[in-house]
Amino acid sequence: MPNPARALDSPTSIISRRGLSPVAVTAILGVLAVTAVTVFLTLGLEGNISYILPRRITRVSAMVLVAIAVAVSTILFQTVTANRILTPSIMGFDALYILLQTVVVFLFGASTWLTTDPSLRFVLEIVLMVTFSVALYRWMFTGATASLHLMLLVGIVLGTLFRGFASLLQRLMDPSEYIVLQDLFFASFNLVDPMLVWISAGIVALCCAIAWRMRHTLDVMALGRSHAINLGINHHRVVMGVLVLCSLLVSVSTALVGPVTFFGLLVASLAYQMCRTFSHTWLLIITSLLGVITLVGGQLVLEHVFGFSTALSIVIEFVGGILFLTLLLKGSLR
Amino acid sequence: MIRVDQARKSFGTLVAVNDVTVDIPAGGVTSIIGPNGSGKTTLLSLISRLAPMDSGTISVSGLDVTATASRDLAKKMAILRQENHLTMRLSVRDLVGFGRFPHSQGRLTSVDREHIDRALEQLDLTPMAEKFVDELSGGQRQRAFIAMVLAQDTDYLLLDEPLNNLDMKHSVETMKLIRRMADEFGKTVVVVVHDINFASCYSDRILAMRDGELMCQGTPADIMTPDVLRTIYDIDIRIETIGDQRIGVYFT
Repeated sequence: MPNPARALDSPTSIISRRGLSPVAVTAILGVLAVTAVTVFLTLGLEGNISYILPRRITRVSAMVLVAIAVAVSTILFQTVTANRILTPSIMGFDALYILLQTVVVFLFGASTWLTTDPSLRFVLEIVLMVTFSVALYRWMFTGATASLHLMLLVGIVLGTLFRGFASLLQRLMDPSEYIVLQDLFFASFNLVDPMLVWISAGIVALCCAIAWRMRHTLDVMALGRSHAINLGINHHRVVMGVLVLCSLLVSVSTALVGPVTFFGLLVASLAYQMCRTFSHTWLLIITSLLGVITLVGGQLVLEHVFGFSTALSIVIEFVGGILFLTLLLKGSLR
Repeated sequence: MIRVDQARKSFGTLVAVNDVTVDIPAGGVTSIIGPNGSGKTTLLSLISRLAPMDSGTISVSGLDVTATASRDLAKKMAILRQENHLTMRLSVRDLVGFGRFPHSQGRLTSVDREHIDRALEQLDLTPMAEKFVDELSGGQRQRAFIAMVLAQDTDYLLLDEPLNNLDMKHSVETMKLIRRMADEFGKTVVVVVHDINFASCYSDRILAMRDGELMCQGTPADIMTPDVLRTIYDIDIRIETIGDQRIGVYFT
């Protein structure tokens, strides 16, 4: 029996009862993302093009990488924890990054750290952050109560501990060193090493490929633990794997430009709002595109409207904060 | 058949399932009854590998539930829990479609779609198949979840209080469906029910639990006597025979 309602909801029809279809949303966002990147590369392009263009390409690549890394990690994290409010930052990630930078600057001085080979520094940061998170997950999951909520709670407590320890060290250090250090705490896309972009691109591509292959499993994971187990998923293994992926992605993005984790919450909530689909095939693509549009568009606004007078993370947190509060007050975040 | 051998599970100092040994033969409907906190749900969780056991072994159709790959078990047995909270928006058809995951791994074939349509039909859900699950009433939602485990098409079906939230009509229809699953399709259904009269009228065997232990087991005729019910529930329940059915009167 042909079912008209079903045909209406099929992914190829443009408008269904669920609002815009995933295909339409993806197409529109795709065009917007390409436009944003193109405008970023070409706006006011004059003078020594062979010098300016490669630099812009590096910066825009860094932004695209960070956007995808943060978007994908937030979706993955929210799926395996079956919630739509928590992001990897609650696991103490940003705090760990800040602590790491603080400890190194405290021990070796700002000049030593900042003059270390950037690739080495980058790899070191990623290794440390992934090691920390994997150790935490292993410890939590082999404990007596293998509870995700307990783990999240420990993440919050550890985050506070890291922040407290970092601020103690910051109070003890030379004020001029502290000023150098402070710059590392805000996301900045202005000083990105091309070599780091290549390393990051490799890691992000690998993680995304794995996430993409898992997309149907992720759909089932979003139903919650007991349904996932009932449907034959090795829940424990998938959660561990996904959390390792998340930590890799967040580490890469944080080490590349600094903490922008609130941004993940922003684009993920937007994606859930815009496209009422449960399918990770679409969620992953749409969130990544939204991330690219927000970051590259945000940087454009920053450079051409505010004339570099503020940091991008401040713009994102401002806009994102207002949006998030609106969503929260409307009660539409589930 | 489901073999439970010395299964034990405790939460802190509370022993929820205390060295339970029981064989549930293949085929037919087995009800598990008992007061709140008697370990019914925990036992079902252990059988369905949702919770790890402290000690003991459980096998379903010869497959050890702690050693067999989860995916293989998912084609043999389906479990539906009491609480089904969804964080995402799904249509009823999508939800039921998830039941096919062990077979399709996410890529639905025409066979899968037939199973989905049949499950929707069997639970009266066809008219609301395109509605979102969170727009449904409690009873409709419960039926949607039952349809999902039906679509999973397993030999063993474990249902934890499937009558929760259902009105009389839908309770009776669900129990009749469970009966049909056993009689027509040869499935083995294990169901936790609170209402002893549903257990009495629809099951082949009743297991009675109390304080984490298996108190007694037998046919409805064995269990539905005032003496046995008093040891399980600590209250006096008069048994009336209406037609062929033994009905416990516990309201006054």
